[in-house]
Amino acid sequence: MKQKRIYLDNAATTRTDPEVVKAMMPYFTETYAVASSQFSHTPGLEAREGLDEAREIVAGKLNSSPEEIVFTSGGTEANNLALKGTAQAFKGKKDHIICSGVEHNTVLHSCQWLEQEGFKLTILDVNEEGFIDLDQLRECITDHTFLVSIQHGNQEVGTVQPIAAVGEICKENGALFHVDAALSFTQMDLDVNVLNADFITLSAHKIHGPKGVGGLYVRTGTELNKIFHGGYSEFDLRSGTENVAGVVGFGKAVQIAQPDHVENIRSLQKHLMDRLTKDIQHVIVNGPKDIEKRLPGNVNVSFDLVEGESVVLHLDMKGISVITGSACFSRSLEPSYVMMAMGFSHERAHGSIRFTLSRFNTMEEIDYAVESCNEVVEALRMISPLKK
Amino acid sequence: MSFPYTRKVLEHFRHPHNVGKMKNPDAVATEGSPACGDMVKLYLKVDKESKVIDDIKFESYGCASNIATGSIITDLAIGKTLEDAKKLNWKSAAEALGGLPAVKVHCAVLAVDALRTAVENYEHQHGLLKVKVPTDEKVVMKRLSRVINPLAGLDVVRTKVVQEVDVKNGIVTVYVELPEMHQFANNVKNEIIERVEPLWDVKEVRVIFRGE
Repeated sequence: MKQKRIYLDNAATTRTDPEVVKAMMPYFTETYAVASSQFSHTPGLEAREGLDEAREIVAGKLNSSPEEIVFTSGGTEANNLALKGTAQAFKGKKDHIICSGVEHNTVLHSCQWLEQEGFKLTILDVNEEGFIDLDQLRECITDHTFLVSIQHGNQEVGTVQPIAAVGEICKENGALFHVDAALSFTQMDLDVNVLNADFITLSAHKIHGPKGVGGLYVRTGTELNKIFHGGYSEFDLRSGTENVAGVVGFGKAVQIAQPDHVENIRSLQKHLMDRLTKDIQHVIVNGPKDIEKRLPGNVNVSFDLVEGESVVLHLDMKGISVITGSACFSRSLEPSYVMMAMGFSHERAHGSIRFTLSRFNTMEEIDYAVESCNEVVEALRMISPLKK
Repeated sequence: MSFPYTRKVLEHFRHPHNVGKMKNPDAVATEGSPACGDMVKLYLKVDKESKVIDDIKFESYGCASNIATGSIITDLAIGKTLEDAKKLNWKSAAEALGGLPAVKVHCAVLAVDALRTAVENYEHQHGLLKVKVPTDEKVVMKRLSRVINPLAGLDVVRTKVVQEVDVKNGIVTVYVELPEMHQFANNVKNEIIERVEPLWDVKEVRVIFRGE
């Protein structure tokens, strides 16, 4: 009998909603023309309509206008475009960029690359719960700062940054503000009329949409150079044939997302965090203790005296998919840089396990996951030379 | 399904052999450190006459390859003479497991090292050394280069936590550049003693903390 799979790695990617797949299908086999052929023939026009409809749905969710949404190949490209595109636009005028030490690698590595190219980079510290310090930002930001890039919610420990306050500081200092919202889009409030953000990174596959498509919100009138050259698609900010089926799927995923999904995920998350910390001994919560300050569905804990990769593999044998911040789990053999930035010991990072939930998970799955975790951790502690 | 691990590795990881603590072992060795993410402790019981390994146990704080190697290397060593056990290496373990990913050598080699050190410790303590090299500063430093500085994840010699040792009449004094009240002072002290004490001509190990 095939074992039932309990997928708790939804910050990596999510199950594509069957409704999304259904919405995409006609754009592969019937309406497969390119959207730029809208002036040439009917199929091109139909493709354009599919694209525009999705653009309206995505824009509506952010309370922005459709012309402010640039579709990309995903969150990575959107982050690269926001960072490198503004750097190009400000070349010779302003030269300073700010991000935090727990940003996704796409932001961190792009910023470090810009530093090599001659820009000045400030990486903000985070505290033990993963929060940036707004006072440090106020101290670092200058007239030369063209961009501040701070993520909405953290990919590993779920910390939700005070982005509204960051936006205010950027506004006061004349710097642009980029928010990487790949993991929070549709799950947390993002309103460009309330939030002083100039760029917002979006990703489809984190919210039950297809892989290979995402977007960047670009506030009207914001200076940005394109980084992919070629045709004039996406308001001449991103060359390349539009991924019409992908974009349609993205739009569908956004349309499906409902507030009660988030409420459901929140209750699963609370149940998981409560049970893990009560049922298992010597567990530390990584990231904010206050669940409201975490991304919906993110639970990250460290189990003392055990190494994460062993826990992950044992759980996999029990049909549960999770990940760890342990060095043994990474190709680089370095522990999670997010946890190192939060000032954790190596042991704490090595023993960390991340659970990320989606609306497809159930209470029964969470209970089974906790019970399995308890068994696995106990068994591994039995053979650990560190046990007291 | 293509995991980086072979079926055999996963079998040993799931149900490791010879695992646990041993009461009154004849020799013990610990390799690695929690700071590196991997640690193995290995216990030996040796027949005094035949010099055959009668019993062997290991404990592991580590990943799958670490646990699997501990399991297979103890399987391979049990019933072997000390001389034969010393010939076991990383390759014998990897072969018996049907291969290990190259990136995991670091984690897997610890169990092999622990076996070697345990055998070596036994030889030191039971007058079995063929060549009796007198313990001097160099010998001590070499042994200490396996003690991990828990703060850095690198050894205490390379991280300059130990820069000076003194050997006189079988008494080894190790100066540690950490304050005595340091949270890891006790761990470091125990590890240093465990590393140096088994040497055949060492009567006593003194660890002195002199850090600010």
